[in-house]
Amino acid sequence: MSPSRWLAIFASLAVLAIGVSACGSSGDSSSGLSGQVAGAGSTAQEAAQEAWVAEFENENSGVTISYDAVGSGGGREQFIAGGVAYAGSDAALEEEEGELGKALERCKPGKLVEVPAYVSPIAVVYNLEGVESLQLDPETLAKIFNQEITSWNDKAIAADNPGVELPDTRITPVNRSDESGTTENFTDYLSKVVPSIWTYEVSGDWPVKGGEAAQGTSGVVEAVSAGDGAIGYADASQAGELGVAKIKVGSRYAEPTAGAAAKVLEESPEAKDLAKSPYMFPYELDRKTESQGTYPIVLVSYLIACTKYDSADEAEIVKGYLEYALSAEGQKVAAENAGSAPLSPALEEKFKPAIEAIG
Amino acid sequence: MELHADTTTNAGQLLAAASGGERRVGDRVFSNLSVGAAVTILALLAGVAFFLLIEALPAVTASSSELPGDQSLIDYIAPLAFGTVLAASIAVLLAVPLAVAVALFISHIAPRRMVLALGYMVDLLAAVPSIVYGLWGIFVLGPAAVGPMEWLEQKLGFLPFFKGPASATGRTMLVAGLVLAVMILPIVSAVAREVFAQTPRRLQEGALALGATRWEMIKMTVLPFGRSSIVSGAMLGLGRALGETMAVTIILSVSGIVTFNLISQANPSTIAANIALNFPESSGLAVNTLIASGLVLFAITLVTNLAARAIISRQNPQ
Repeated sequence: MSPSRWLAIFASLAVLAIGVSACGSSGDSSSGLSGQVAGAGSTAQEAAQEAWVAEFENENSGVTISYDAVGSGGGREQFIAGGVAYAGSDAALEEEEGELGKALERCKPGKLVEVPAYVSPIAVVYNLEGVESLQLDPETLAKIFNQEITSWNDKAIAADNPGVELPDTRITPVNRSDESGTTENFTDYLSKVVPSIWTYEVSGDWPVKGGEAAQGTSGVVEAVSAGDGAIGYADASQAGELGVAKIKVGSRYAEPTAGAAAKVLEESPEAKDLAKSPYMFPYELDRKTESQGTYPIVLVSYLIACTKYDSADEAEIVKGYLEYALSAEGQKVAAENAGSAPLSPALEEKFKPAIEAIG
Repeated sequence: MELHADTTTNAGQLLAAASGGERRVGDRVFSNLSVGAAVTILALLAGVAFFLLIEALPAVTASSSELPGDQSLIDYIAPLAFGTVLAASIAVLLAVPLAVAVALFISHIAPRRMVLALGYMVDLLAAVPSIVYGLWGIFVLGPAAVGPMEWLEQKLGFLPFFKGPASATGRTMLVAGLVLAVMILPIVSAVAREVFAQTPRRLQEGALALGATRWEMIKMTVLPFGRSSIVSGAMLGLGRALGETMAVTIILSVSGIVTFNLISQANPSTIAANIALNFPESSGLAVNTLIASGLVLFAITLVTNLAARAIISRQNPQ
């Protein structure tokens, strides 16, 4: 191509760019929002946040939102320090290390907002040749993961699976080697439901030594796929071809479906002592639920924000973004992109006042 | 460093004297540049050490109840340091004999036409990114090693290294060590190869003239001549193996324990892999603890390098 042709192309691109930016600034977009907002936090939310950001920026061409998946702890820290406008966290803010107090302080003169935005079932995945379906009660599950039960043909497993021929393969329990919210929620479930067997402290670090450990959800899925007799826990959307165990809830065995996960949140009580503003909705997940159609091994991740920001623009963007994330459409987008369980309409309604208070 | 500066200055003065004029601009620029480079390296090193010390301090002074896992800093780092040294040792033990053999083959045995291609291929191994080695380890080598490791458990189970039970996924210390061995092979063999090729011809021909076979000639002349290069190559490799992060992070199934059992699913982690695994979700004191472990890794590699220097200088008194 000749230099003049290049010049022509460049010039037309420049004109196009100017045109586009002119559109943006002249308020041609649907909302008229413009500006930049940064968030940080949970890696579990990363895929959902990416989808929300893409859709939201599409709707509001003048807005740029960035979400840095540094981890829940890092997100809360940056939020408190004022480095980011909102945070994603796999756990509700707690008094421990004074985080809750500092977050309340950060939002003054406004109030603190904390709403569950991302609910994801955690599946117990397994790889056992010749066994197509597997049922486990919480007690057996805990004993498998604390390495009390070491063989697949153990009596306890057989009792849960009448009519299934179990091989005498050695059980390889697979856990996360990195600190994660998935581990925290999985161990929280075990310690709440079978505290006599699962005596470890609940944390994002896997407490039992001697198991197989793998990095990240993909690492766990890969390790379980590679080893005959392996069993692990992973985000249900990532289970792929692996077998997914049904877990005993009440008198039935439940599968990790989106609906069953969302229902747990709906039926769980709020943790009132952690709600220090009218716009905080921390939940004490009802892991021990016995009601039909629930699946209690879920990860619930929160969005944390303030009602007041230094600039009105920033507040408007945060409000719009959170509104979108919690809307039926936002929840649907997250479900499609991250495999999460959409919030029920009742919960969406319930959290609305908190979002509306922003600005 | 000052020594270097002096030598260059002396050389410059000599050159200036020889050409009967002032010191040339080029010499001055060169000498300043090289002194500057040396100072920068030292400053960088001091800066890194300083950063590690400052950031590690809160973890050192904190009580054990505040640290991750409610254990003392030493209890936290010791298994990691053990795992680091174990993985690197396996790698060096496996890689060095192989690398020396490869180097000898290229320098003394391979037909001339093959030498270039072979050397190029060994060097190519060094160009593969470590994450690719990690993926290869987890998808190919690990699963392939499950059978052999079961065999080791059955036949050599009386040794503490192969006590088992053999891992069902192959993500063990042995496999991690094997992958590290492949990763350090090129550097060890490249260093050795260069020196082997420089073995004085008269020594080699003298040995052959005295009736030595090719192996005897190599044993009597090439290996003694290249011994310090083997050691320094091994140390360079050890340094890389100690600090290798991604491959180990992906491959090794870690459990925070201390064991010599190389084929089970429960392995000690390494310092670098542990930092990579836990940094993303860490905050506050947990980060300081990780940096403290980094300081220990820094110290280990420093000691390794000093030891290598000592060995080399003892063998080549100048």
